[in-house]
Amino acid sequence: MYDTSAIDDRLAVRLARICGADAVITDPQQLRTYECDGLTAHRCSPGLVVLPQSAEQVAAVVRECAARRIPFVARGSGTGLSGGALPRADGVLIVTSKMRRIIAIDPASRRALVEPGVTNLAVSKAAEPYGLFYAPDPSSQVVCSVGGNVAENSGGAHCLKHGFTVHHVTGLQIVTPQGELTWLGDGTGAAPGYDLVGAFTGSEGTLGIVTKIIVKLTPIPEAVTTLLAAFTTMGAGGAAVSAIIGSGILPGAIEMMDALAIEAAEAAVNCRYPEGAGAVLIVELDGPAADVEAQTATVRAICTAEGAYEIRAARDAAERAAIWTGRKSAFAAVGRISPAYIVQDGVVPRTALPRVLDRISELSAERGIRVANVFHAGDGNLHPLVLFDDTVPGEQEAAEKLSGMILDLCIEHGGSITGEHGVGVDKSRYMPRMFGADDLDTMQLLRCAFDPGSLCNPGKVFPTPRLCGEVPGVRRAPHPLVASGLIDQF
Amino acid sequence: MASADSSSTAGSVPAELSSACEDVTLASAADAVGGRQARYVAAPASTAEAAALLRAASGLGLTVVPRGSGSRLDWGARPTGCDLIVDTRRMDQVVEHAAGDLVVTVQAGTGLHDLAKVLAAAGQRLALDSPANAGSTGGTVGGLIATGAAGPLRYRYGAPRDLLIGITVVRADGTVARSGGKVVKNVAGYDIGKLFAGSLGTLGLITDATFRLHPRPEAAAWVTLDCPDSASAAAAVRTVADSPLTPSAIELDWPSAAQPISVSALLEGDTDSVSGRADRLGELLERATAGQSSAQTKRADDRPGPRAPADAHEESKPGASPSGPVDADGRGPSGTLVRVAFWAGQLTAVLTAIRAAADAVALDPGICGSAAAGVLDVSVPASAAAVAVADFVAVLRAGLEGLADGLPPSRASAVVLCAPPAVRDAVDMWGPVPSLALMRAVKDQFDPGHRMAPGRFAGGI
Repeated sequence: MYDTSAIDDRLAVRLARICGADAVITDPQQLRTYECDGLTAHRCSPGLVVLPQSAEQVAAVVRECAARRIPFVARGSGTGLSGGALPRADGVLIVTSKMRRIIAIDPASRRALVEPGVTNLAVSKAAEPYGLFYAPDPSSQVVCSVGGNVAENSGGAHCLKHGFTVHHVTGLQIVTPQGELTWLGDGTGAAPGYDLVGAFTGSEGTLGIVTKIIVKLTPIPEAVTTLLAAFTTMGAGGAAVSAIIGSGILPGAIEMMDALAIEAAEAAVNCRYPEGAGAVLIVELDGPAADVEAQTATVRAICTAEGAYEIRAARDAAERAAIWTGRKSAFAAVGRISPAYIVQDGVVPRTALPRVLDRISELSAERGIRVANVFHAGDGNLHPLVLFDDTVPGEQEAAEKLSGMILDLCIEHGGSITGEHGVGVDKSRYMPRMFGADDLDTMQLLRCAFDPGSLCNPGKVFPTPRLCGEVPGVRRAPHPLVASGLIDQF
Repeated sequence: MASADSSSTAGSVPAELSSACEDVTLASAADAVGGRQARYVAAPASTAEAAALLRAASGLGLTVVPRGSGSRLDWGARPTGCDLIVDTRRMDQVVEHAAGDLVVTVQAGTGLHDLAKVLAAAGQRLALDSPANAGSTGGTVGGLIATGAAGPLRYRYGAPRDLLIGITVVRADGTVARSGGKVVKNVAGYDIGKLFAGSLGTLGLITDATFRLHPRPEAAAWVTLDCPDSASAAAAVRTVADSPLTPSAIELDWPSAAQPISVSALLEGDTDSVSGRADRLGELLERATAGQSSAQTKRADDRPGPRAPADAHEESKPGASPSGPVDADGRGPSGTLVRVAFWAGQLTAVLTAIRAAADAVALDPGICGSAAAGVLDVSVPASAAAVAVADFVAVLRAGLEGLADGLPPSRASAVVLCAPPAVRDAVDMWGPVPSLALMRAVKDQFDPGHRMAPGRFAGGI
């Protein structure tokens, strides 16, 4: 499909001329360090890696690729969990990690203008002196990049109340797949014309490469209280979640962990959650001090009524961190109790949570495969961790099968195959279970508008690429690129 | 051309349309879009019927404009063609209200007031303002999305695109497509809803939508402050926006140059919380403006309690209508409405630019809107001369250009949302639009024949 011989010494020289010799990597050993993102199950050494330092350099690199029909993939910090930044052996990997300037903080407009390599947390740190913060907070916020957040429309524990990346981005400078530098939106959040900022955010790097981002900043809440409630069963914890939401309170976050996830967290970080818990619930309330105080009392009462046998409240940052340690380390902690695991990211309507969790535990028991559950209970976003031993033949396949069944279960209950990790390469094969052919075809019209040559992160999100340029139902002649032998019909 | 199409050719409804859709009639004189007379009006009752209709229209090469209640049908430039109006009002069902999930799926022709009643029965609301001039329906869901319009609640809850989590559309060729879903957290696939929000019917027909809902607040209060000039108004807006008191709206209302500027903040929540926060906000404002003005703080509890569902969805504040001046019959705007979007920190400069542009042509428009969200509506009465309005818009745009400061290249825009016919002919309604080439490419993909509301959108799209 692409000309694999196009990545040669001449290209390396051209790119070095654009970005500097030390910004181009061709050594196979060094290339291998970029072979995967946060999802290590998929690996591929890139044909070449380039680390531009400016938007103009990114544009020039993309123009080189476009002229030679070389596919390219953008990568930020490489923390993605769906293989969205998986490189291609026949492609160039454009890494934005050297573009990490916070260009401006505008406290009066509550906006920040940043480069894509800036880490998520760095934006909040820069805004803090003005009493502001950047609300989306993926668990990887210490390292993950804002550019990557835009590509994935990242959420985080607090998106229940504060929204996702798409609710906080008001302008993007991008390099189009043809290598043109342009602005989507103007930072106002109400620019005239189509909402291309909204359409681009969450497109998983398939519509272009973001080179500057304007984000909204939010006043830091006056008060924050974090509660940890221990229940003997998941059912009781789930009932508490429903009752809290039903009371009209919108917490900043509601997180839940089951016994296996707690066991893993204890083994890894000694988080000292209450002993004997079948489920722990973490509820964080933020807002004006009087509101938080009143809501804290309500949430305590609800948890007690639903059978919580121990409730802890964090009143300062250190106590809050102690409560969050177990939750935030849960994914990695599972490594302490299992040689390997698969993280899923399915979503179900919140009211379906009890039924879906019951079914997951049935499936787990039937198949003899352990599943630890860590999830954003407030918005029904499950992160089941399917545990297996990759040294035992057949275990990985069995775990993958169970993992797929969990996604089917989510779709069956009207949910989604991914709440925040993205589709990437990992879940593209599940897209037809959630969407029909016409749905996927229509989505790809957007792709065709931005990237008719299919060079920008191809092979991600969609199981079957759409050939751009053909008018549906009026097929007159072979696509020009097919006729010229540049691409295959598929 | 300014003149509307002649409807003399419309002797009878083409059989292809009648066999695709049960309810197709010849258009009456009232069936026009921005002055462009339609030939046929069809009202499909389902997505399937709408798809058959658009397939038939595609076969006949007809231009098509979707219509809901018609309250904002004048928004955008006059379409270059409007053979067929697709009226969505027979698609008026609340498909599924999952109260426990705070999610609703609703057909596009459903009135916002009807929807609000259903939601209020469960103590919930769709946190978007409906147009005050849309008559008894409150406007339709489809119209709300297609115009992308937002009222005062924009500050806290955003525009329709922010609460829309799933959408079903019919493309120009009759293809039915869905994106998103019915869970709030979902990143599977591209978000076609974002593209359709604010697209004025130029990409296809919206047939149903799924929204995230919020609990209906128990109480609400407006804290209002009259300011003598734009600088003190901007200071008041900033004081509210920077406060930790989580206002739902921060509005500015400046009816004419000679009048004071009123700045209002909407506080919503439990009764005790609202009353406590209103007291605190009043003190903050008084302290912030002490010495520079004779500002007074007054509180207005102009919102009904949770048991008055009919009002749940009205504009959060009377007088702060995003639809501008209305006809005596309340059916539609009659004057010129200009939407100015800007970076909130430049509020003083924007107010100055608006007044300076108006002074230059001896106009005295009203200015109101979500000041802290950086959106203001400027209303010029219908009596103003078209040339003066056009000059006002041109001078205003030049003034806003001067607000740019490095990147991004532009930080403000002025779009004429609707205007009397003479003004439409004299003015470029959209003005400069960033990344227009990409927008054209999107239009070409979704509607290659340019038959969906052609010419109504930015850049002649």
